[in-house]
Amino acid sequence: MGVPAVQMARATPQAVAQRRARLWRKAILPWLFMAPILILNVVVILGPSIGSAFFAFTEWSGLGAPKWVGLANFQRMLTDRVYRIAFTNNVKWTLIFLTVPIAMGLLGSALLAPIKRFAMFYRVAYFLPYVIASVVNAQIWRNILHPTMGIGPLLAERGLEFMNVAFFGNRHVVLYSIAFVDNWHWWGFLVVLYLAAMQAIDPELYEAARLEGASRWQEWRYVTLPGILPTLVFTILMTIIWSFLVFDYIYLLTQGGPAHASEVLATEVFNSAFFRFEVGYAAAIGVSMSFIAAMVVTGFILLRRRGWQV
Amino acid sequence: MTVFVRRRSQRTVSLVPNYIILTALVLFSLLPLSTLVFNSLKKDTEVGRNPLGPPVSGIRWQNYPDAWRDGHFSITMRNSAILTFGTIAGVLVIAGLAAYALARLHVPGADLLTLYFIVGTSMPAQLFMVPLFFMWTKLGLTDNLLGVIIIYWATMSPFATFLLRSYMVAIPQDFEDAARVDGASEWQVLRHVIAPITWPGFLTVALVTGLGAWNEFLFAVTFLHRDEVKPISTSLYAFVSRYGREWGLTSAAAMMMVLPVIVLFLLLQRQFIEGLTQGGLRA
Repeated sequence: MGVPAVQMARATPQAVAQRRARLWRKAILPWLFMAPILILNVVVILGPSIGSAFFAFTEWSGLGAPKWVGLANFQRMLTDRVYRIAFTNNVKWTLIFLTVPIAMGLLGSALLAPIKRFAMFYRVAYFLPYVIASVVNAQIWRNILHPTMGIGPLLAERGLEFMNVAFFGNRHVVLYSIAFVDNWHWWGFLVVLYLAAMQAIDPELYEAARLEGASRWQEWRYVTLPGILPTLVFTILMTIIWSFLVFDYIYLLTQGGPAHASEVLATEVFNSAFFRFEVGYAAAIGVSMSFIAAMVVTGFILLRRRGWQV
Repeated sequence: MTVFVRRRSQRTVSLVPNYIILTALVLFSLLPLSTLVFNSLKKDTEVGRNPLGPPVSGIRWQNYPDAWRDGHFSITMRNSAILTFGTIAGVLVIAGLAAYALARLHVPGADLLTLYFIVGTSMPAQLFMVPLFFMWTKLGLTDNLLGVIIIYWATMSPFATFLLRSYMVAIPQDFEDAARVDGASEWQVLRHVIAPITWPGFLTVALVTGLGAWNEFLFAVTFLHRDEVKPISTSLYAFVSRYGREWGLTSAAAMMMVLPVIVLFLLLQRQFIEGLTQGGLRA
């Protein structure tokens, strides 16, 4: 009891001020600077996410009091035909986007890397669709692939009868048509991303490969590919996450139709919550989507732990 | 010397297939965009005969003022401008403060916070959107531009923070220490020393968040229903659905949404590309 009193007695006004300043600098100031982003995150993202985790176990129309129903929403998901279609479509979407745009990105970047003349022009041209709004890109392709005025009937006239398809109206092709449009705006971004990753590769490695008489394929396989591997793995992981979130192009082009043929989980959340007012069920679907993202993020962290430069 | 020349010419010859494939890919990227430009300048009578090619029976500029008037662009442009600039201003301040704290102020548990934000940004909007909508309705923030701006602040700030922090940690500490010795507060150091040096980072963040807000669709279509508050993205969607067959008119409307973006992108492509690819380049 006596000790603090001694300390108190010894503490000159300067020392007190100094200690207060240190406390301010160490414990308070950093949090003042972090406060806006943290408060926003809690209010907009973390809080409502916890809310979703709660509503997922309830039946709620958005008005009145939610009714606790336990696991009923999740059980319903297992037997819901539309949920199964949507989930399958997300899986198909993932497989398409893990292959087509990544292959195009690797090809485009490999072809573009050795080029000096017009390099900037190619880069900008590939990137341009990526900066254009999804609303506009969807409109462009809805016109080009229009069943009576678009490119289909035009090609059919010239003998390509199989191209005369209702791209967004035929339930067998609709998902692939939308994926084609989304990929059209996306692959060029990957070209530029992989090119940027290539610039970080030590040029001496290429010199060495050339001195060894490596072909261009071997150069790419043994110097470029290992060099951009972290970026490649990163795009693969992000592709899986984004493929389960896809919303814009599907909503804009078909709203999930015809007859749910292009339904995905994100459009189903939207429909359940804001058209059918089954908020509890919508929240449960949202939670199920997060499981997939969480699994990928865990994989990502594990890769990093094992020393991968992802 | 001769060896050098021959090798060089060999390389040039062997690049011809590259140019051919790359040019084909350019056509794949740009031809669809050109149909939009062409259609925006056609009479509707021509669109029926020639829906994809360039206009041949005269150019009709009138589509643009018509679309401006019928699409209520004076309102939607204003709404989109408020959303865009409100988002940019807020994100610059919020992310600037957070980035400075992470780069210089020894935030306890900084690694954990960074991890939290990385995980948070990969979570689907569908996880928090539905409860957020009902909360925002209670607070009067639906059908309200500020309500959507706040959402954009929250969703876009983490990326902006990481980008700005990478700029700030690259600056040698002695730069600011002089100012600190002179008695400047941390806020003053950020405002008068760090921010002026890292302005290219702030510009990149402004461009990327501005583009994101201008083009955004999901939150806009969920939270803004009344015509007076709709931004261009969702009002264009409604406009195109309503005037379905009038491709001249709807294409002109779409052109007015993308022209500012394309002009800015062509002027500042280096910053755009750097900012947009940053997330994918983790060294």
